[in-house]
Amino acid sequence: MIAIIKYNAGNVSSVQNALRSLGCDSIITNDISTLKKADKIIFPGVGAASSAMNYLREKSLVEAIRGITKPFLGICLGQQLMCKYSEEGDTKCLGIFDTVVKLFPPKNKVPHIGWNNFENIKGSLFKQVLPTDDVYFVHSYYTEICQHTIASCNYINPFSAALNKDNFFATQFHPEKSSLVGKQILKNFIEL
Amino acid sequence: MLKKRIIPCLDIKDGRTVKGVNFVNIRDAGDPIELAKKYAADGADEIVFLDISATIEKRKTLIQLVERIAREINIPFTVGGGISTITDVKNLITAGADKVSVNSAAVQRPELIAEIASEFGSQCLVVAIDTKFQENDWKVFIHGGRTPSKIRTIDWALQTEALGAGEILLTSMNNDGTKNGFALDITQQVSQSVNIPIIASGGAGSLEHFKEVFTKTAATGGLAASIFHYEEKSISNLKTYLKTQNIPIR
Repeated sequence: MIAIIKYNAGNVSSVQNALRSLGCDSIITNDISTLKKADKIIFPGVGAASSAMNYLREKSLVEAIRGITKPFLGICLGQQLMCKYSEEGDTKCLGIFDTVVKLFPPKNKVPHIGWNNFENIKGSLFKQVLPTDDVYFVHSYYTEICQHTIASCNYINPFSAALNKDNFFATQFHPEKSSLVGKQILKNFIEL
Repeated sequence: MLKKRIIPCLDIKDGRTVKGVNFVNIRDAGDPIELAKKYAADGADEIVFLDISATIEKRKTLIQLVERIAREINIPFTVGGGISTITDVKNLITAGADKVSVNSAAVQRPELIAEIASEFGSQCLVVAIDTKFQENDWKVFIHGGRTPSKIRTIDWALQTEALGAGEILLTSMNNDGTKNGFALDITQQVSQSVNIPIIASGGAGSLEHFKEVFTKTAATGGLAASIFHYEEKSISNLKTYLKTQNIPIR
């Protein structure tokens, strides 16, 4: 069973739909004991960093998430919340990845919306995926490249398209909305 | 490199797909779920569903349709038509829509844009602008193009950006349904005035029209309906053509 962390706002059912298409059962929950019992956890994110962190604090999820030892995948805002700090709302985040989240400088259209390919990819999350494959992004803030970066993308400047540290994985793009490439990446996560 | 987006639009009336020509005459173009799946499989980068049902009662069926769409396709989709409150947005996003598009209600009460952006984030908010060239200027029209607003299109585009719109879907009523090509001038003017992405809409009748809008304007997406619905041109043919023209395409 995969647990999807429930949010106050935003579309988390897409992740559940994507898992269902892979024949995988999931539950949307913010209950800590249910999260601890799950085989894997997905942390989607839609909305703003500060309100999402406030929500996690209210639900006592900050320490619970940091203490998870099962495979864990943050998506989009989920990735950003797993970093140390986000410029969005001057927000202190979970601090799993030793990097920060910044607003794209206005040198091109912001938000970065649409399909973009990778510069580099590595690791089991990208099994059977090519750097030239396109995935779907929609974000105004980006995660700086760091030692945990396992995929990079270039829009205005290079940024972390995916991160990994121990059992913690994260993608800035939406695998659940990235057609067949995204499906492969979710399959890779399920098979970890 | 970020790819240019090809976005088919499905006008939904009472649960079926229709498309108006110059916003008036409507023909039935099929079942929305079947069309959406076909488009997604054929390489559509996103899909827009625009509900033009006349009554609130009929609109309720839209939520069920959105839930079904979310289960059937694995690319992003936007839902618009008659959205005027935060509750409308919440219902659609909870049902599985990735983005919503607002139009008339935002012109009449611009704070709606800021309210949606602050509650759900700019990434889920498309502001649709219907524009028409009249009295030597491009003006905003509302109510499906029936009511002139006297607001200059450029002014409104700037205001929506300031209020938190994530992107603008710009439809030229002069071009819509004509198949004579996109309105390049206003598309480029708006693209250069704001720093959020612009989706060009209205007038696509050939593969070359998409090349034109992507080479002569800074639009990041091109939206069309009838050219795809009646299988005059498939999305995969269009994308293959655009790649041969060195336009970045998925």
